[in-house]
Amino acid sequence: MALLEVNNVSKVFGGLSAVTNLKMKLEAGELVGLIGPNGAGKTTVFNLLTGVYQTTTGDILFDGKNIAGKKPSAINQMGIARTFQNIRLFSDLTVLDNVRIAYHSHVAYKLPAALFRSGRFYAEEDQMAERAVKLLKIFNLDGKKDEIAKNLPYGEQRRLEIARALATEPKFLLLDEPAAGMNPQETAELMNLIRWIRDHFNLTILLIEHDMSLVMGCCERIYVLEYGRVIAQGDPENVKHNPKVIEAYLGEEVTYA
Amino acid sequence: MKRLLTRQNMIITAALLVVYIIVQVLLSTGIISAFYETNLILGGIGIIMAVSLNLITGFAGQFTLGHAGFMAIGAYFSAVMTVKWGMPFILSLLGGACLAAVMGFLIGLPTLRLKGDYLAIATLGMGEVIRVVLLNTKYVGGAAGLFGIPRITNWTWIFVCSVVTVLCIRNLLWSSYGRACISVREDEVAAEIMGVDITHYKVLAFVVGAFFAGLGGALYSHYYYFIQPGGFGFMKSIEYLVMVVLGGMGSITGSVMAAIVLTVINVFLQQYSAIRMILYALLLIIIMIFRPEGLMGSKEFSTAMFRRFERRDDRGSAGGQ
Ligand SMILES: Nc1ncnc2c1ncn2[C@@H]1O[C@H](COP(=O)(O)OP(=O)(O)OP(=O)(O)O)[C@@H](O)[C@H]1O
Ligand SMILES: [Mg+2]
Repeated sequence: MALLEVNNVSKVFGGLSAVTNLKMKLEAGELVGLIGPNGAGKTTVFNLLTGVYQTTTGDILFDGKNIAGKKPSAINQMGIARTFQNIRLFSDLTVLDNVRIAYHSHVAYKLPAALFRSGRFYAEEDQMAERAVKLLKIFNLDGKKDEIAKNLPYGEQRRLEIARALATEPKFLLLDEPAAGMNPQETAELMNLIRWIRDHFNLTILLIEHDMSLVMGCCERIYVLEYGRVIAQGDPENVKHNPKVIEAYLGEEVTYA
Repeated sequence: MKRLLTRQNMIITAALLVVYIIVQVLLSTGIISAFYETNLILGGIGIIMAVSLNLITGFAGQFTLGHAGFMAIGAYFSAVMTVKWGMPFILSLLGGACLAAVMGFLIGLPTLRLKGDYLAIATLGMGEVIRVVLLNTKYVGGAAGLFGIPRITNWTWIFVCSVVTVLCIRNLLWSSYGRACISVREDEVAAEIMGVDITHYKVLAFVVGAFFAGLGGALYSHYYYFIQPGGFGFMKSIEYLVMVVLGGMGSITGSVMAAIVLTVINVFLQQYSAIRMILYALLLIIIMIFRPEGLMGSKEFSTAMFRRFERRDDRGSAGGQ
């Protein structure tokens, strides 16, 4: 059974059909790219998959369960996590708190334990802080755990967003332009890191990226979206020679790595 | 247990005990007059009200203008329990607080779906509805008020209840539950995506806040012999909001200090009660202009501050969206 099945999903805003008849299928463990020109509907797909928007028609099955009508928090608890194209950290809180908040669904102690500071409360809080630091270490942020998130440099904020998403312990991770605003070297490092966390955490990843070359080098399979429709899909080799894709990106600088 | 015996906790406990004993001695020897005792009691109630309001408004980010409504419920219900049903004070205190919490739940569930100004207006309406219902309820004396409530609230009760309130709300906030509430204030969408059921935590903050406001109300009615619906109007809510804003949204110690400062100011303005509210309004405007983050911002006052003054981070515009 596929981990994610998107069946004929459409999303209409007023008169505008941002996503039309979308079909997608992701198997567990895949690293898949979602590309397309500006305004193609990529972020809208993420918003549909995470419950920020409700579909106009069609349905989305995750792990065999329909996510229609579920709140974003419930969908996250089913195992879908994401980052945002425009960084949305808890910007006035510390790096550590950003990650600890994301662990919240896995906290077992109850309110009275917190109010009366039981031994269990301390044990779990310690364990949580330990895990958070371990996670931050992967992103080279453990040294900055007490800094306020908004004071981090841009690239680190992007990495913190991924760390925070991972703290929810997802099966499926959605990354919306994770390398936006990074220099080529940072980008290359990040792509390696993304592959590494996929293997290390046994994740399935769907990745939006603007830079074609980057997706080509990183993803195993690609969906190309234009005006809300999938115009091509398949492995990178296939996609980059597809005439429709070349046309869609015409005028944009396309360089293949 | 060992975790509770930190240096800071021991210093605070010792300081609290000293304050309690000194005031108790001064009261029993009559050095603190009845006039100042009244203000001491009001200050303690102010702490309870401000800290509980800060939980809702400063930490969970839900701007409410109806906090005095919950106080009214606690004040009236506890008084009814004591006067009409002959219950012991401790049960009346809990009863008043619990009924306020239940009302917080019933009112919070529908209204907390609203945001910003809409929530403010809805809670304002809620406070007024509570007042008008009391005004028209014969059983509790209507506009004339409820008489014959025994004076039981004293320094000891106030001291214990304020400490318990501050401790409970602090412990709540410095836990996964509190962090979830704060994440709702920071960014509702990001919080939801991180698995935080935002409605759940808004309601939690509202219910706990209402509980302690009800406790404050119960202490209030058992100090004053008699209560009237007019005493719990919109201006009362504003009074506590001023404390929260002055102390700093998101600072418990800030609220405690602001409650004390404003109570002291009130003592000096006793003869000029008419200009008191004008002064409050002016104070609010001045804070907004010169120090919008309040005395403490979102920082906490701690014994660590004596050793090392932490750099204050500017609370600028929120970063991303
Ligand atoms: N909430 C909304 N209300 C109305 N229109 C919307 C909304 N969200 C997205 N759209 C529209 O849907 C279309 C797709 O937007 P979307 O953000 O999904 O594109 P994208 O592929 O992520 O683009 P980019 O590469 O610029 O991020 C755009 O025309 C956009 O204006
Ligand atoms: Mg986008």
